[in-house]
Order: sequence, then structure tokens, then C-alpha cells
Amino acid sequence: MKQVYFDNNATTKVDKTVLEAMLPYLEENYGNPSSMYHLAKASSDALTKSREKIAKFLGAKNPNKEIIFTSCATESANMAIRGILKESKGKKHLITTRVEHPCVLNLHKELEKEGYKVTYINVDTDGSLDINELRSSIQEDTALVSVMWANNETGTLFDVKEIAKIVKEINPQTKFFTDAVQAAGKVKIDVSNSDIDMLSVSGHKFHAPKGVGVLYVKAGTIISPLIIGGHQERAKRAGTENVPYIVGIASAAELADKYLEEENTRVKYLRDKLEQGILKNVFNAKLNSTNKNRVPNTTNIGFQYIEGELILLHLDELGIYASSGSACTSGSLEPSHVLRAMGVPFTSLHGSIRFSLSRYNTEEEVDYVIENMPKIIDKLAKISPFQKELEELRQKHQEQCVRNSVG
Amino acid sequence: MWDYSEKVKEHYKNPKNVGSIEDATTIGEAGSLACGDALKLYLKIDDNGIIQDAKFQTFGCGSAVASSSVLTEMIIGKHINEAKKITNQDIADELGGLPPTKMHCSVMGKEALTDALKIYFKDERPKDGNKIICNCFGVSKNEIIDAVKNGAKSLQDIQDATHAGAGCGRCKGNLIKILEENGITQKEPLTPVQFALKVNEALEKHISNELTKDNGGIELIDIKDKDVYVKLIGACKGCCNSTATLKNFVEAKLRELVDPEIQVIEV
Repeated sequence: MKQVYFDNNATTKVDKTVLEAMLPYLEENYGNPSSMYHLAKASSDALTKSREKIAKFLGAKNPNKEIIFTSCATESANMAIRGILKESKGKKHLITTRVEHPCVLNLHKELEKEGYKVTYINVDTDGSLDINELRSSIQEDTALVSVMWANNETGTLFDVKEIAKIVKEINPQTKFFTDAVQAAGKVKIDVSNSDIDMLSVSGHKFHAPKGVGVLYVKAGTIISPLIIGGHQERAKRAGTENVPYIVGIASAAELADKYLEEENTRVKYLRDKLEQGILKNVFNAKLNSTNKNRVPNTTNIGFQYIEGELILLHLDELGIYASSGSACTSGSLEPSHVLRAMGVPFTSLHGSIRFSLSRYNTEEEVDYVIENMPKIIDKLAKISPFQKELEELRQKHQEQCVRNSVG
Repeated sequence: MWDYSEKVKEHYKNPKNVGSIEDATTIGEAGSLACGDALKLYLKIDDNGIIQDAKFQTFGCGSAVASSSVLTEMIIGKHINEAKKITNQDIADELGGLPPTKMHCSVMGKEALTDALKIYFKDERPKDGNKIICNCFGVSKNEIIDAVKNGAKSLQDIQDATHAGAGCGRCKGNLIKILEENGITQKEPLTPVQFALKVNEALEKHISNELTKDNGGIELIDIKDKDVYVKLIGACKGCCNSTATLKNFVEAKLRELVDPEIQVIEV
């Protein structure tokens, strides 16, 4: 069966170059980098080199001091946030946004139970952050502000460098963390000359395998470790280094830089074609984020009066893989907190589908989805109890089509 | 990825009896657009009480569509007295089972069927039964009581059966109350911090404001286990009714809102 993988914000295919770079460290170079013999030297050299590559990828100046390898970005975020709180004794206030990934959002909810106060900044219907609200929320005892670089569901980009600058202007003691998981490999990440104190990325979102992440901590920013044990990662993250995967994420980072232009030209073209094609051909389709500042690979489209999981199941039958913000696809029965924060109406909230592309996708795949999407929606519209509403949308869409062809 | 049975897949891929019946004898509805699940069930019932035809329209996920579809198959040809007895578990069983988190999808079918048949059967449940308990999913007290009578023993069971409590969670206190009214007690111990926050919230929101009406007030001094140490201030202080206030009002209120074992002690 044909396979069209449009769920690259969930995870990505491992690049062959990445896999080849990793293999020697799974086969012959299996030494523990901490050991004192020749076999270990290859591992410890690989570790050093990987750290340098990641530092270059992120624009970090000091690979040895600033790059910490972790098991995933969720660990990185937990380490950054809990680590900074332990070093900010007495400070009880945190700021984050309503649209963060659960690894940041749910951690903040947990911290509230532990007695911290959290301000959650709102977004508008476009997904843009309310900067004035953020500005006025910063207090004397604000320990940390966490704002993601790009949103996983809508692809909306936040100007985190500018936000970090604002934070420092108001309270130079407040630290700034950004979850850059969805930005890495899609836009240039450069922490040099910025006020960003900490940043997390995850390998499997840019063609490295699952199970490896990075936490950047600016030199001079002190955090407590989350995992206690040996001296690895300068005692900031104990546990024998996962050398093959670290080599993998470093190799993927190099490739991400190499393909960054393609991501912002060819992949963006494919995304735009898919988005426009669906909006043009599917009568009840509505774009959930029209924000101009978006990563080039993501689009989030609401199909009004039709439920998202049902759409996914029918796409799956055709070998098309995407994801949904619908309540039914999450274990919690809650629709997407991101789309709700943006005020997406119920009519399309439950029928929202995210398509996220990568450099592995082709124009033929985009055409295949554009061709099949109207067929699926027409079939499912017949099942919906909202026939009157759907008929109105269908007529509006037809009028629009006529107007477009005349105009 | 949900682990759907082949039968569920078959029913959402090619649902049976989709659509409406123009001269339907009765129409049942359940769910709403806001919940992400909505079902309309059309029934054609003859003079002998036999369901001659059934059609459905569903806004919902794969298992919701499959549940609706299989329900129509189950009830066509049945007498309404038989159809009435179908439970959501029967619907799930007919589908070869549903993933646990998807059990609630089969409920909607049952609800729509009950709604459609209500013109035939009297409702013998409590008067305030139509009061909505879970605002997120529009679940009434009756529906929760039904779930409890059908074997729900915990918040999770109620959630699986009705959706209630799966949204913002604000109704969980009321759900626990309904469980308790039906003889089921829940023990979800609070951490000391949660306990303290809850006591404080109850004092601020439900107790202080009442006392200020009498020019009095109350301050939380300390909490040790379930002993809450408070100081009465303003007009309450030294008032000859202060013991009554403490025991009959403050303690009673805290026991109701936070924990039935709370002791209030004046310092």
C-alpha cells in the first residue's frame, strides 16, 4: 500500500546517513567513554565531536560547558525547569504559555500543586502570544519564563529571542527557557548573542532516532541535576552516555543545517500546495492558524462538523498518516489545549487535522492527499447529524469557487 | 493507536443504516457538538411496538460511529420492551469489545435510544435528575445514577460510562457525592499541601464571606493532620455563639467541602 507520512511533528524517519554514523558505535566502538583504554577513546572522542556539532547547530559558544545530552526533550525540559527552581531559592513564581507542549505545561501544573504560582499567558486566534500580558506578569520573584520556539500543533513561531530580551529588561534575575523541539531543523536556531538561558531539542524530530535529546544551558546559568549518580555530563546528568544515539543526533543536526534551505523552499512549497489544495477542494475545510510566522512544514486544518479521529481512520485506510487535535485521539478525552486556547470554535475543534511534512515528502504525495481528501469528507459528511449546517457550508463553498473562477 | 476489533473497523468503514427517516415515529438525541460526540437516532415503530426501521447520524470518532451503526442492527425487528433493555455493555460486546478509554462511545447509543423511547416509558428517577452535573459533557444526575446502578464504582468507571469528569474535572466533588449517596465511598487521599490549599480555599470562598456578614472573620493558623487550627476575629471573637459557629458552621462546612474527619480547633 502507498504510504504518505505527513506526521513529522510527531516523529521522523531516521536518515540513512545518521544510521550509518551510529552503527560503528553499536558494533566495534562500544567502549564506555569514561574508561581508561584505547577502546574507550573512540567513544569519548565521538562524544566530544558530537558536542561540538550540537553546539554549532544551536550557536552555543562553549560545547563543554553548555551542551548536556539527555534521553529526550521531556527530560531536558524537566531538568531545565526543576533544575533552575532548585537554584532560585525563595522564588515562587513562574510564567509560561497556555499552548506549551505537555512536558512543560503539565510540569507547571505539577509545580502549582507543590506550592508554586504560575501565570499562563494567553494567545490570540492566530496563536500569537500576548506580549503585554507577559510583560505585566513578570515580578520580583519570577524565577523562570518558559516559552516554546514553535508550537507543535499549529507550527506558530514565537519570537523567543525578543521575548527573552523583554524578560531580562524587566527582571535581569529571571531565567528564560525555550522548548525548541519543533523549531530544530525547520528554522535556524541561534542562541549566540541572545538572552536565552536554556533550550531543549529532541533528536527524533529531525531524523535522528528516538531516545536522545539535548539541553543547552548558557555558561554561567546554574542548574541542579535531575538525575543523580556519576560524573557524566559534568555531573549535571548522571548515567553512562548513550554514545551511538548522541553520535546520531549530532549527525542529524549537521544534516538539518544542510537541508535548512530545502526545508524553507521545497518543503514549504509542498506544505503551501497541500494547504491551498485542501482549502480549495474541501467544502468545510478551514485553516486553524493563518499566522504568517509558522514553521515551513506544518498546517492545521479544521473540517467542520466532522470528527477528527474518524477522518484519521479513513486517511489511514489510504496509507495517509496525519494527526488530530480531537478529543477522541487523546487518552484524556480532551480536545487540543492549543486550539482551545486559540478559541477555535467547537464546529471545527474536534475535526482538526495536523499535516506535518519533511524533506522526504514529494509533490506526488501532496497531490494524492489533495485528491482523496474531498472524497473522504464527502463520505463522512453523510454520516453527520449536522446536515443543514453542512449544506450551508457546501453552498458557500460553491459560491466562493464560482467567484474565484470569475474573478 | 487504538486497538479496534475487526467488527468495529468494518462498522466505521461501512456503517449500516446511515441517514434519517422522514416519517419517523420518534427521534432520540444524545451528546452535542461541544462534546465532540453527537448522535441522532430515528426509529420507525409499528402499532405492536416493533421497531421496523432505525437510522442514525453521528458526529463522533470511529467507535462512536461503529456503536451507532451496530445499535441500529441490534434493535431493528425488536420489540421496544426488548430494545429498552440493551445496555452500553451489550453494544460494546456486539462490537467484539471496545478499548477501555472508548467505552463511553457506546453510551451515546444507549442514551439516544432511551431518549427516543421516553415517549413510551415513564421516567421514575429523582426530580432534580435532569440537573447537569458535568458541564463539559452535559451529563445529568440521572445519567450518573444510572451508571452507578449499572455497576460504576469509581470516578474512572463513571467517566468510562458517561464522559462525566473527563473534562475540566470541576464536577468530581459532585460525582463523589453521588457515589456516596449510592453507598460507594471514594478514598483519594490528598497530599498535605493539597489538603491545606483546599481548607484555605474553603475558608476564603465559603466561610469567611459568611462571617463578615456578622462583622466577624476567621484566620487559618495551622493544620496538623486533620486538625484545623483557626482564630476567630472581629465580632466573632469572644461572641457567646462562637463555639456554635465553629462546630455547626465552620467545621460542618469544612467537613462537607474538604474531609468528613476534620476537627476545627480555636486557638
